[in-house]
Amino acid sequence: MEEEGDAKPKKAGPRQCCVCNQRRAALKRPKTLEQICRECFYRVFEEEIHQVIVENQLFKPGERIAIGASGGKDSTVLAYVLSELNRRNNYGLDLFLLSVDEGITGYRDDSLETVKRNEIQYGLPLKVVSYKDLYGWTMDEMVKMIGLKNNCTFCGVFRRQALDRGAALLKVDKLATGHNADDIAETVLLNILRGDIARLSRCTAITTGEDGPIPRCKPFKYTYEKEIVMYAYFKRLDYFSTECIYSPNAYRGFAREFIKDLERIRPRAILDIIKSGEDFRISTSTKMPEQGTCERCGYISSQKWCKACVLLEGLNRGLPKLGIGRSRGLNQENSKDVKKGNGARSIESKQCGSLDF
Amino acid sequence: MQLTLEFGGGLELLCNSVKIHNVNVEPQDIELQGGTKKLIMKDLLTWIRGNLIKERPEMFMKGDTVRPGVLVLVNDCDWELSGQLNTTLEEKDVVVFISTLHGG
Ligand SMILES: [Zn+2]
Ligand SMILES: [Zn+2]
Ligand SMILES: [Zn+2]
Repeated sequence: MEEEGDAKPKKAGPRQCCVCNQRRAALKRPKTLEQICRECFYRVFEEEIHQVIVENQLFKPGERIAIGASGGKDSTVLAYVLSELNRRNNYGLDLFLLSVDEGITGYRDDSLETVKRNEIQYGLPLKVVSYKDLYGWTMDEMVKMIGLKNNCTFCGVFRRQALDRGAALLKVDKLATGHNADDIAETVLLNILRGDIARLSRCTAITTGEDGPIPRCKPFKYTYEKEIVMYAYFKRLDYFSTECIYSPNAYRGFAREFIKDLERIRPRAILDIIKSGEDFRISTSTKMPEQGTCERCGYISSQKWCKACVLLEGLNRGLPKLGIGRSRGLNQENSKDVKKGNGARSIESKQCGSLDF
Repeated sequence: MQLTLEFGGGLELLCNSVKIHNVNVEPQDIELQGGTKKLIMKDLLTWIRGNLIKERPEMFMKGDTVRPGVLVLVNDCDWELSGQLNTTLEEKDVVVFISTLHGG
């Protein structure tokens, strides 16, 4: 799969790997600033993820685990590394790929082809759930109705629920997602910018939703995006990298850019931001919304109807603005905590431009 | 000077969706930095911006270097190990640019 680097070394002195002291270094690790060769990099990269899995008890032997697979770099590397580690360390897991088909012509159909190739390459069974089947609307149809302005609200809400439903169909115990350290640092920043201290401490949790239908975990919580992309490049992993055609969340884009600028000056900043998020404690005055179930579809909800049902009702009645922003209208009579309706959960999912849940 | 330039991770979209470009960059074609006759990465970036990038150059560059989040490898070696903008290029070198900013 990977060819040995037969490229000629640069003349600028023998830059040797600081781990094996034998081979030529191939990259500088952002986390440690070490210069390291390909082979040693593969080993430490995989070993660190193994340690995160073990120390945080992400999986138990015999569990069925779905990997949220978008065809993008993070989930492709996650699928590859998890199947390797599962074999090598006898985790005893049944792994599955789970993809959401939002119905975005020219984007999702192409990335799903990548996931289908991954299914064969890694020997992992694939389940695809589609918006059309679950909700009666494709993303393309929704965008026609709502325009480009609010589609991130729709993406976040529908994708989260679609993954939970797919996971239930697969009867898995847990869902692993490809969120990496850069993503989490970005989410910490966004929650600070929004003054959302409750979510600030929650968004750094490596496992979430243990009280919900399907717990989710992030084995790449401490893994730098740079290393994920380098790993995929050196191993020639097959991933899809075209931007979603629907407008991404600009605010998130700025946070991303800021993180990348910081990383260039001081790579440790990413881990430090995650640490800051972890160390925040929820003050007693911040109430988390009570969880119940949606009267209409049975999905977890702190309101009478879940956010997806409110948005769908709006679409079906031709009032697409229903449910966007502050929850109003349908849940009015029953809103315990209007401002903290679970719609704001979408902040935990990536912008639609990077469809990796 | 014959060079192979490869764009990945979505950057190929900025150059007519072509991933691999075999190019001939003559040092005299560009104003070389630092008064030397050597072609360095800084010169190459200027050349790429003027000759290969067809749209949204801000997705590729920021200031005089690549945009943060774009990885650069020279002969499959991270350019952070070879001096980044000051990396000297030689005949038949392979330079790879990968964006980490697209896609999950
Ligand atoms: Zn080594
Ligand atoms: Zn979106
Ligand atoms: Zn519902």
